[in-house]
Amino acid sequence: MSEQYILETRDLTKHYGGVHALEGANFKLRKGEHIAIMGDNGAGKSTFVRQITGVEQRTRGDVIFDGKPVHFSGPLDAREAGIETVFQTLALADDLDVPDNLFLGREITKWNFLGPFRLLDYKAMRQATMEGLEKTAVKIPNIRNSIRNMSGGQRQCVAIARTATFHSKLTIMDEPTAALGVQETAQVENIIRTLKEAGEPLILVSHNMRQVFDLVDRVVVFRRGRICADLDIKNDNVSGEDVVGYITGAKTQEGFEDAA
Amino acid sequence: MADQTSHGIGGLTFDKSKRAWPNEANVFIALILIILAFEALGQILPYMNGQSMLFDFNTSRDGTILNIARIKIVILQVSIIGIISLGVTQVIISGGIDLSSGPLVGAAAMIVMSFAQTELVNGQLNPKAVFGAWSFDLPVIVPILVGLAFGALIGSINGAFIAFTRIPPFIATLGMFLICRGISQWWTKGQPVSFPTEEFAAIGSGMMPVVWFALLAVLLGLVMKFTVYGKHTYAIGSNEDAARMSGINVKRHKVMVYMIASMFAAFAAIILSSKNLTAQAGMGQFYELYAIAMAVIGGVSLTGGRGSMIGTVLGAMVFGVIQSGFTFIKLDAFYQLMAMGSIIIGAVVLDQYRQQRATAG
Repeated sequence: MSEQYILETRDLTKHYGGVHALEGANFKLRKGEHIAIMGDNGAGKSTFVRQITGVEQRTRGDVIFDGKPVHFSGPLDAREAGIETVFQTLALADDLDVPDNLFLGREITKWNFLGPFRLLDYKAMRQATMEGLEKTAVKIPNIRNSIRNMSGGQRQCVAIARTATFHSKLTIMDEPTAALGVQETAQVENIIRTLKEAGEPLILVSHNMRQVFDLVDRVVVFRRGRICADLDIKNDNVSGEDVVGYITGAKTQEGFEDAA
Repeated sequence: MADQTSHGIGGLTFDKSKRAWPNEANVFIALILIILAFEALGQILPYMNGQSMLFDFNTSRDGTILNIARIKIVILQVSIIGIISLGVTQVIISGGIDLSSGPLVGAAAMIVMSFAQTELVNGQLNPKAVFGAWSFDLPVIVPILVGLAFGALIGSINGAFIAFTRIPPFIATLGMFLICRGISQWWTKGQPVSFPTEEFAAIGSGMMPVVWFALLAVLLGLVMKFTVYGKHTYAIGSNEDAARMSGINVKRHKVMVYMIASMFAAFAAIILSSKNLTAQAGMGQFYELYAIAMAVIGGVSLTGGRGSMIGTVLGAMVFGVIQSGFTFIKLDAFYQLMAMGSIIIGAVVLDQYRQQRATAG
């Protein structure tokens, strides 16, 4: 049973004082599956993501990642376990170049006996960066220039390329295209398709209905802190209007009646 | 949508010609221009009698094109503050600032000198003795280690307060500025400490400060460019949150950055007291500001993340050449200070303008 799922949450709950931001979320993600999380502002999407990635500590419930119950003390922990998160605000160091950013905090080094003064293996990192970026088909004039002068799309792609480079077990993207233009959005969507082809699972938080229907296999809708629908959009006949209905509360899927 | 990949919006180059123009090159050009300007003033100003700043094309005077004696003075003048500036540079790159380095030089010099005293001066007992007989004629390594340990202590206190209490670096090091000045006066109740051993006096004699400056600049330059320590320093200065999210232990790293900066300042104190053969409580006045100025002239961004040791060395040279050049064209000392101040402000304005243009373009 558990081999089939890369991530499973049982009764995941988060209260901020009296505010029930997330209530009893049961969520399952199969290996290689791409899921979109949708919902209105304040529906609990970001709260859900924050519990999984260890940014916050959950009030109640279990997170089972890769077959084992996990309890991440911070985003770092989650990252080491193989959950890579692309945040809404880009977590990039502007003054460093592309390989530096990809390998930030996990540099390839030699002469490790020197402790903090161990040497960086620039050549190996550049090599790996080239390979990682080739997969994403991102056009970057020179990977050794600092990313300060790159476009929003290029920067977002660099952030996402981390995942492609490190073969993480699960990628989470929190509205990756919210601040991007049309062409840049297309680039990011291309990377997501590449991840799908490579069989790497993804959770995509998005407001963009067109994008969601283009890219993912399944849509999970959050409403007022609860999951109110789990839609297999590839196989079942689900329209955008249905999804909007679930988001706004006009409809509630069978089995999720307590969310209403 | 799906055929986007086949259109080939992709493509990746590693094109050397598309590399950004290094900031250090600008500083170097500025250095050359400033030298040439003073050179020209030496030829033009009537009371200068066609004297030369650094280049002397009238080879009959001392047989070389370069005015070696003046170059030596220029470099020697800046090398001690230059060493402090190297340490301060990495603090600024990490997004902080260190104001405590000048008074630290004073305090460290007093302490170091107390452990470097010789027993007999002209056959008499050392009149400036701080401790008892045990402290006379110790091996030269003792004062050096004591000095570096003191620097490490002050630096780690700076770093710990900045990292763990999150007070602004400006405030933490400003406090340490006063504390260190206090220590240097309290140590001997204002009395100078003098008469070091011969071995200790050798550390900073002659052109030795320049040798130390060069050695440390190369060492720290390599560390900043080729080690994890350097990369993380740039990362923290560039985007502290990103650095934290990437798994860098930001707090520990900051303590290390301030510790190393203070150890550089303490080492400058060792060289300075050795060079002067004495230590006084007022030593190192304005050094912290000059050190910051050198870094800033050398293109180190006060917002963090940008700068290099090469830049700081060039900045120190610019600083030295300007200072020496004003003396050379017989400008009074108070005009010098005003001009230096204007140049520092100008350097930052220029750098900011360049950055804005680069980001907009």
